[in-house]
Amino acid sequence: MPRIGVVTFPGSLDDQDALRAVELSGAEAVPLWHGSDSIDGVDAIILPGGFSYGDYLRCGAIARFSPVMDTVIDAANKGMPVLGICNGFQLLCEAHLLDGAMIRNAGQHFICRDERLRVETVDTVWTCDFRAGDEITIVLKNGEGNYQADPETLKRLEDNDQVVFRYLDNPNGSAGDIAGITNLRGNVVGLMPHPEHNVEELTSPSLDGKPFFSSVLNFLSARV
Amino acid sequence: MPRVVVNVMPKPEILDPQGKAVTGALGRLGFVGMSVRQGKRFEIEVDGDVTPEKLAQIEQAAERLLANTVIESFEVVTD
Repeated sequence: MPRIGVVTFPGSLDDQDALRAVELSGAEAVPLWHGSDSIDGVDAIILPGGFSYGDYLRCGAIARFSPVMDTVIDAANKGMPVLGICNGFQLLCEAHLLDGAMIRNAGQHFICRDERLRVETVDTVWTCDFRAGDEITIVLKNGEGNYQADPETLKRLEDNDQVVFRYLDNPNGSAGDIAGITNLRGNVVGLMPHPEHNVEELTSPSLDGKPFFSSVLNFLSARV
Repeated sequence: MPRVVVNVMPKPEILDPQGKAVTGALGRLGFVGMSVRQGKRFEIEVDGDVTPEKLAQIEQAAERLLANTVIESFEVVTD
């Protein structure tokens, strides 16, 4: 059975939901700890949402230098699937595994709502179970989700098909309506919305989060 | 103890929602004709003298942690 790790940082909020979503997808959910440099031999890693280290300094800036991150960065560079959700996305940007950075939402408000997204590329390990152009609804909840990068970086992301999700109704001023991106290799994906909250009928308005998990499981089973 | 200050500001081309909100509030208080950009100030107390090596270290610290140079610029000032 594939093993998917979820890292808990001090201030993580959605690590338990992410672990539960992994379990529901049929994989073994493995709790990982920020203070250890071990990732326990997992096959994929999720960096969950929340406010790691209180989001002091900048979102994800201090978590980026926690002991587990050197191992995560090393594994990501060797091709391991890594998904950063919300604070996890901010963290991947701080770690330079993904381009750009997040600033405060343009309207200054914390936004919590069901967000409509378009899947722009299925050429990643976390989206290969979608179809390009799919319109999905995923929970969004953040105060600093305004994605920014310099014009050359934005052009490179577009040219290389690295924009994974776009907002249909841009809530926060993100450049190019970008909600999520990937690295060149397609194994590291970050997005602000929370797919782990959209996996169960009882609590979700949609089940559009499920393909994230089936995608990575498909990828892992094809690899073995 | 000698002190070195690192000032971090959002880059000019990056929208500064906080500065914009402060500018708006100032206008409502009657402080017109002012435009604010909001940044961060780090006061670093160093052991011993502020040598060029120490300043170079602080420059590295600012580059690596205190500022995210994707969206922010910084300056190192000896107090």
